[in-house]
Amino acid sequence: MRRSPKDSEESLGVVSRRGLIVGVGMATFATLLAGRMRQLQVKEADQFRLLAEENRINIRLLPPARGQIFDRNGLLIAGNEQNYRVTIVRDEVDDPEATLMKLSRLIPLTREDIDEILEEMSKRSRLVPITVADRLSWEDVSQVAVNAPALPGITPEFGLSRFYPRSDDYAHIVGYVGPVSDYDLSKLENPNPLLQIPRFQLGKTGVETKLEDALRGKAGTKRIEVNASGRVMRELGRDEATKGETVRLTVDTRLQNFVQARLAGESAAAVVMDVTNGDLMSIGSAPAFDPNKFVRGISVADYRELTENKYRPLANKAVQGTYPPGSTFKMVVALAALEGGFISPTETVYCPGHMTVSGRRFHCWKRGGHGHMDLRNSLKQSCDVYYYELAQRVGVDRISEMARKLGLGERHPIPMSAVAGGLMPTRAWKAANRGEDWLIGDSLNASIGQGFVLASPLQLAVMTARLATGRSVTPRLIRAVNDVETPSQGGEPLGIATSSMNLIRDAMFSVSNEQRGTAFGTRIADKTQRMAGKTGTSQVRNITAAERRAGVFRNEDLPWERRDHALYVGYAPHDKPKYAISVVVEHGGGGSRAAAPIARDIILAAQNDGMPPLSAYPEAQRARIQSALEELPISDPDDGPKVVSEA
Amino acid sequence: MSYLAYNHQTVPTGPSKLLYLNWPVVLLLTAIASVGFLMLYSVAGGSMSPWAEPQMKRFGLGLAVMFIVAMMPIWFLRNMAGLAYAVSVLLLVMVEFFGVTGMGAQRWIDLGFMRLQPSELTKITLVAFLAAYYDWLDVKKVSRPIWVIIPVLIILVPTYLTLRQPDLGTALLLLFGGAGVMFFAGVSWLYFGAVIAAGVGLVASVFQSRGTEWQLLKDYQYRRIDTFLDPSTDPLGAGYHITQSKIALGSGGWTGRGYMQGTQSRLNFLPEKHTDFIFTTLAEEFGFLGGLSLLALYMLVIVFCVASALTNKDRFASLLTLGIALTFFLFFAVNMSMVMGLAPVVGVPLPLVSYGGSAMLVLMLGFGLMQSAHVHRPR
Repeated sequence: MRRSPKDSEESLGVVSRRGLIVGVGMATFATLLAGRMRQLQVKEADQFRLLAEENRINIRLLPPARGQIFDRNGLLIAGNEQNYRVTIVRDEVDDPEATLMKLSRLIPLTREDIDEILEEMSKRSRLVPITVADRLSWEDVSQVAVNAPALPGITPEFGLSRFYPRSDDYAHIVGYVGPVSDYDLSKLENPNPLLQIPRFQLGKTGVETKLEDALRGKAGTKRIEVNASGRVMRELGRDEATKGETVRLTVDTRLQNFVQARLAGESAAAVVMDVTNGDLMSIGSAPAFDPNKFVRGISVADYRELTENKYRPLANKAVQGTYPPGSTFKMVVALAALEGGFISPTETVYCPGHMTVSGRRFHCWKRGGHGHMDLRNSLKQSCDVYYYELAQRVGVDRISEMARKLGLGERHPIPMSAVAGGLMPTRAWKAANRGEDWLIGDSLNASIGQGFVLASPLQLAVMTARLATGRSVTPRLIRAVNDVETPSQGGEPLGIATSSMNLIRDAMFSVSNEQRGTAFGTRIADKTQRMAGKTGTSQVRNITAAERRAGVFRNEDLPWERRDHALYVGYAPHDKPKYAISVVVEHGGGGSRAAAPIARDIILAAQNDGMPPLSAYPEAQRARIQSALEELPISDPDDGPKVVSEA
Repeated sequence: MSYLAYNHQTVPTGPSKLLYLNWPVVLLLTAIASVGFLMLYSVAGGSMSPWAEPQMKRFGLGLAVMFIVAMMPIWFLRNMAGLAYAVSVLLLVMVEFFGVTGMGAQRWIDLGFMRLQPSELTKITLVAFLAAYYDWLDVKKVSRPIWVIIPVLIILVPTYLTLRQPDLGTALLLLFGGAGVMFFAGVSWLYFGAVIAAGVGLVASVFQSRGTEWQLLKDYQYRRIDTFLDPSTDPLGAGYHITQSKIALGSGGWTGRGYMQGTQSRLNFLPEKHTDFIFTTLAEEFGFLGGLSLLALYMLVIVFCVASALTNKDRFASLLTLGIALTFFLFFAVNMSMVMGLAPVVGVPLPLVSYGGSAMLVLMLGFGLMQSAHVHRPR
């Protein structure tokens, strides 16, 4: 023992003292820890609880089913079909390329597709599901589901996708939907969060885009619990989505199908309207296209074919196209003259085949002239000189005023894309837009629906409906939204003297039903279904003096783009008007030859549930008509899905 | 005090030694370990595997080790302290050459039946060896420079080797544990004052050296310091651990979200939830009261150890018990500070609760020494 007891005592004292000091130090530190614990768990608990909830709870949108669109009889025009697809989440897969290569052995997936997906993946958040393949068959999706363990991050999903069972028939009316593009988003100030869902379908044209808000429905939400890597653990609650509203159009699918079939092969448009309430029974524009191709993502080749076709299939000629109305405008001029007292019905104007005004010679379409023409004959035989005379008496402003009264020069508010306003020129308009004075020659041109005058087939149909009824009939395309009927558009009386109207109607009847009438060749034999109408032929070029001398102005001798437009407007039955029609055949030649036959077939179809009866035609024409009708590419409307309402 | 100084009549022998064990400490340790089983069961999503069951077996083994060591006479253990220290340092050197890399650091030696973490073992052997050193050293010489340099070297050799692995947490624990024993032994305040001053200077130079060629810490250690200072700057990257840990703690509130109802841990937002961050799971599921209770259990262990040390007339036993108590304290104090955002995340487990074999066995070995000191104390 080297240590004395005293040392030992003293050393123990030191150890005890220092042990106590450290012990107190440890107790102090423990108190500090307890204080910190209290701060976090008691004082700041609410804040941290909130953060923990934010961590675990994600809100996912439930996309609503898009509203269906039906025709006036409850036939489905635009519906939704089950769409199986496969998505990938970057965060849940280690090697996306290898996984996609594996997947390509199960479902159709090309190397290019994979590269595209990888690129999209690099641009988006690691947690967002990216669509790998769309519109898969049930078998393909089952394959993926069975092999799920070997395909981390890959999820088979099903959703709804737009489907148009009538394919081409409604391409221009209903339009189509497509995935939301960056351009769509850039147009909106506060985009609905739904639009952020990858490949969410949005109306792009036609009714689909004009009624987007009603059709889209309201998104539902589901609150889900996710773990740290974003995997869904369970659903905490959900608010179901509200499906879009059901839209019912005024269009009749059978008639629409007939119209499209009848116009096929031409670059043409036709509008059929119910004159009693403004219902648009059919809006035809040919050629058309299959909107389903746009929903599914149209191929470059198909798209180029549509854009490079000289018949412009993508254009909705019935409402977007404006044409010089030609002689179909003569009713307007005649009414303006009658109402203004510039002419009496019996007064005649001599037509030598031309009229010279201010040193310029204006020709009648009939080189030899019509001789003495009264109002009725001038319409029946479509004498131009008679209207040259009226134009000088009435003046363009009164003509334009009457045109507006009849619905021309006005943008009718129907929910379709790029509805055209047409043009009804006035002196003021020319001064403002051209900076030139109105010339008398301008009035002469306008009087036969040429020059500055422009109207769309829709406007011409409205004009005809107003002539037939004397009321301000306005077109209606939407019959009901969610079974709530939209008001009928029969309109108010126009305030035009009935005697004047009857003169015009009688003249229009003679056009289609009397010898020498320009549309006599296309008369209707059935006395209960007879039509009153007017032909029109509008030039798209000026005939030069040289051409006139050389005699080269027969349409058939000209290239297609320079031939005249053929027009026809009419209504039937003539004594109890029900349907108004307008037909425009682009570069079709003469109205009586190219447009009137089409109009007759269509208006007979409208009166006979979508198919003209042979008995309504003059006996001599029946054999020819029968073979022509049999060749039309008409599909049975009952072939499509017969869904009247969705459960 | 040497073997000869003991009054043999007063020291219990044979099985009767069991009666003289510090039973409150045994019960407290069992209670703490049970809290660990409970939490490991919870973080496994209500399952004994993969953590709770092996942990129970290890604790059983640990209890056995504690009892066996407790039966050994304290003077025998004192004489073995030097050898144990030498073996520890040798193992640390071996880690340099044969170590298995785990978690980005070389810390393990694979012994075939278990993976040994020599740095853990060193925490106890260093304290024991220093206690033996001061038991041997004349009390009058403890503050003489030459006798101060020796224990400093004894501490620095294993600390340096541990730091090289790199294992900053254990190195700090070794440093503070060793320094604690020197302090208990009566080394002059002046030395500690000087070291603290030097430490401040070192911290300053550590920060000064950052980004230069001679920087003193690894980049990841600097980043840990950065995120400690302001974890919110990088909540999804380097600060993720501490941010999620604080959310888990805080969302527990007064009474917690209920056993196995902690969303932070159950949904994997918590990192390392079965090891270093297990306290956050406890605090999330049992709240402030639960966390405080565990802290109280720990502090009771410290109180009983300190009481035992202060009543023990044997210098070695006294120093050893205090050293072990301090090491134990450092373990849970650093771990709790870490998960509560008071200290950088340095990788120190919560003693007896975190999943892990080496730390538990070594701690039980330490408490075995403490029990032996308690049983064989001079009366």
